Amino acid sequence: MEGEETIRKITMREKGRTMKKFWSSPWGLVSAGLFVGVFAALLQKWGNPGNMGICVACFERDIAGALGLHRAAVVQYLRPEIMGFVFGALIAAYAFREFKPRVGSAPIVRFVLGFFAMVGALVFLGCPWRALLRLAGGDLNAVVGILGLAAGIGVGVVFMRLGYSLGRTYKTYAAVGWVLPLIMIVLLVLAIFQPKFTENGPIFLSVEGPGSMYAPLAISLAVGMGIGFLAQRTRLCTMGAFRDLMLIRDPHLFWGIVAIAGAALLTNLALGQFNLGFVGQPVAHDNHLWNFAGMMLAGLAFALAGGCPGRQLFMAGEGDGDAGIFVIGMIVGAGFSHNFGMASSPAGPGPWGPVAVIVGLVVCVAIGLTMRQRMD
Amino acid sequence: MTMSDQVVDARGLSCPQPVILSRQAVKKLEGAGTVEVLVDTATSRDNVKRAVENVGCQVEIREEGEEFLLTITK
Repeated sequence: MEGEETIRKITMREKGRTMKKFWSSPWGLVSAGLFVGVFAALLQKWGNPGNMGICVACFERDIAGALGLHRAAVVQYLRPEIMGFVFGALIAAYAFREFKPRVGSAPIVRFVLGFFAMVGALVFLGCPWRALLRLAGGDLNAVVGILGLAAGIGVGVVFMRLGYSLGRTYKTYAAVGWVLPLIMIVLLVLAIFQPKFTENGPIFLSVEGPGSMYAPLAISLAVGMGIGFLAQRTRLCTMGAFRDLMLIRDPHLFWGIVAIAGAALLTNLALGQFNLGFVGQPVAHDNHLWNFAGMMLAGLAFALAGGCPGRQLFMAGEGDGDAGIFVIGMIVGAGFSHNFGMASSPAGPGPWGPVAVIVGLVVCVAIGLTMRQRMD
Repeated sequence: MTMSDQVVDARGLSCPQPVILSRQAVKKLEGAGTVEVLVDTATSRDNVKRAVENVGCQVEIREEGEEFLLTITK
């Protein structure tokens, strides 16, 4: 009997090793990307806005709206996908002993980077994931956005070569790592019960526009958790995909985003959600200059912060408090973007969008240049 | 702790810094040699391993408490 027990233990250990190898292989990333691409297209079918099955920037902006941090009536909804991302990553991190509470790597700078990442993303109207999904839906403006994203990440790579660093994080209490997940639990409770705190006050819920379009809460949450789990295991990251290709010629992470775009394209074709062109695309404008520049700002901010907005949520789920600060920076940035006329609409960039992008680029370049460690 | 030619302490550093520092240390080796890299997340462990294996090095990983010691042989 004892022999059988030993054999069982060894088999379990071997299985664990094989799984670990799978997650860190290109196939792990491809399967995570396929999951994201297929379910993003399906979420759109199930009610989410056009080419917006998943968009971390847009969804955090909708959350900011639901809380009344901005009053753009058409984009207010507590998106369960965002909470699901954090929960899924948290579960995966605990299950695989990778929950590592840590903080202390220039948190205020990460807040500023999150803020301007959102400003840039809302000039383009989407995070890098939505850029891929827009492309997969036939929106050719996404090509311009993705080029801008790559350009911004390229600038970030130059700073990395010059020794850019926000410094070390430090191990901390488990409770610190739980702060952002707990905030997400509160948001989920608010999303489920939708209380009205004051007359004409929050929680706000759009009755028209993109904010009024959503898949059933349980489905959104479940898909979000599935993505969070897979992305935590495979380290899926759109910014990292471009960065690693440029910095160390490593295509590993790139397989993930190829899979997202490919899977979403095929699913869109199957569901009749594909519409090729520049004009009349859902929740998009065709101002090439500011689509490019907005995404360039976002790409630079993601590169300097070490992850795309999705990845920041997953890292926050792993206990990274600095990633949590970046997330809060993005939500606050969304509030400012709409309150100060910086966010775009389908009609084009907001009146203060271009100025905000230029200011953001100046700030990010200053961060990249001034925060360097000597590299021998 | 070490008999290796170079030691990189990449604990607490976020990606891609552990990768950049490890590759620089490997590059600095004249001919064959070893580099030891200390990291504290599984992500850094996997990234450093992949990055140096891509340039033809061999990697041995030892888990030390909550940290990982990677011995890279060129």
